[in-house]
Amino acid sequence: MGRRRNWTIPYILFLALFVLVPLILIIFYAFTNNEGQFSLSNFGKFFKQPEALNTLIYSVIIAFITTLLCLLLGYPVAYILSKMESRKARMLVMLFILPMWINFLIRTLATVALFDFLKLPLGEGALIFGMVYNFLPFMIYPIYNILQKTDKSLIEAAQDLGANPRQVFLKTVLPLSLPGISSGIIMVFMPVISTFAIAELLTINNIKLFGTTLQENIYYGMWNYGAALSLIMLVFVGITSLLQSNGSAQAAEEGGLI
Amino acid sequence: MIKKIFVSSYLGLLLVMLYAPILIVIVFSFTESKVLGNWTGFSLKLYSSIFHGGVQHSLTSALWNTLIIGLSAAFVSTLLGTMAAIGIYNLKLRQQRAIQMVNTIPILNPDIITAISLFLLFVSLGISQGYTTVILAHIAFCTPYVVLSVLPRLRRMDPNLYEAALDLGATPFLALVKIMLPELRPGMISGFILAFTLSIDDFVVTLFTIGNEGLETLSTYIYADARRGGLTPEIRSLSAIIFITVLALLIIINKRATKMKL
Repeated sequence: MGRRRNWTIPYILFLALFVLVPLILIIFYAFTNNEGQFSLSNFGKFFKQPEALNTLIYSVIIAFITTLLCLLLGYPVAYILSKMESRKARMLVMLFILPMWINFLIRTLATVALFDFLKLPLGEGALIFGMVYNFLPFMIYPIYNILQKTDKSLIEAAQDLGANPRQVFLKTVLPLSLPGISSGIIMVFMPVISTFAIAELLTINNIKLFGTTLQENIYYGMWNYGAALSLIMLVFVGITSLLQSNGSAQAAEEGGLI
Repeated sequence: MIKKIFVSSYLGLLLVMLYAPILIVIVFSFTESKVLGNWTGFSLKLYSSIFHGGVQHSLTSALWNTLIIGLSAAFVSTLLGTMAAIGIYNLKLRQQRAIQMVNTIPILNPDIITAISLFLLFVSLGISQGYTTVILAHIAFCTPYVVLSVLPRLRRMDPNLYEAALDLGATPFLALVKIMLPELRPGMISGFILAFTLSIDDFVVTLFTIGNEGLETLSTYIYADARRGGLTPEIRSLSAIIFITVLALLIIINKRATKMKL
């Protein structure tokens, strides 16, 4: 089937034009000023004006809390589901993923309505609730996937060798599910930093995350500064995906939901 | 026993948390009030007014745009992604790795980066933004998922089947249609569904590539609505319909899948 090799050519051209060139453009805009001359002023502005930097730090903190909560809430779910009989488990996994099919803006507005309904104030608490609510399925699914594929004989072996349930979990189940955990973290952490709209809606415009800063700069025509901020974000993405270079394709595949 | 109760109440509690907002939307789709959360008596008006157009003409056209963009993007991505997967499968391992690496970039990139980078591309090329740019952008972030869902099917396929077809005198094209495509079909279908879902759910990339000629998809419509402070009441009934449809589809698919397994 040798000649089918050529079939990649359209896609290679497509990737070059719609993935690589756009990324190069971000770098180009980031290192130039309004007149198109080379300049580092965009990065200087980032470090001198604390606003964007503070938003970034704040976003990282919110993303960290969200990821941690998703992990703490989601791992037990994935674990319980993986121990169930497979038909029942599949049904429940679907129930956990189903809310994702409602547009996330509608879900977020519904969360606002829920908070109004329960007379809870909007703000940081609502923001974290909304984020966990939006991203929890992305944590459950990859962990469930890994746990379910785990070789049961390894767990039995640990039991046979005299490990108590706690040891079995800590020494066998948990280490074996690490790839799922890191997939889940990737699927939650970066997206939380870069979301925009969710934070504004849940905090009545009081809190914004880094994604909003990016959007505002582009929206108000500050393309060069916006590109520089995007590049900073890209560096973040690069670091997190390098940290688990092998798992990334898998993360994407497993995060693909259904 | 206690453990079992604890386990099911934990799952139950989380599901309640996940479904509470959706339930509120559905419940309040049966009342006319302008504000979500304000009950003014049972009514089906929000359902009938979606279909009567007129007042909500812009919402209906946003819905159509969403569907047209989703279907075109899913169709092209499936075609492009399947071709690419077949090509990648036939490449040398090193080249395979290189393409797959580029293929994962759009998946790993936060959507806002994809959005900004494509915005800069269209602006630099001087292309006016509208239907075409949105569809191109959607193809760009959907195709990698198609490639990822078709490739495993190729790897699992028995290469001898294809060779046998050729030996028995089939032309490469015939062997492709008769042997390879049936094997790849499940991957192509799940790729298509995934692409369609990603496309209709997308907001950020759409917002950056849709231009300002008044073209709206459901997401940008809702966003503009929310920014204005209120939510068009009909969005509630529309969401309820979408949710029930998806739920019904998933149940049917699940039923059929279990039947086929038995």
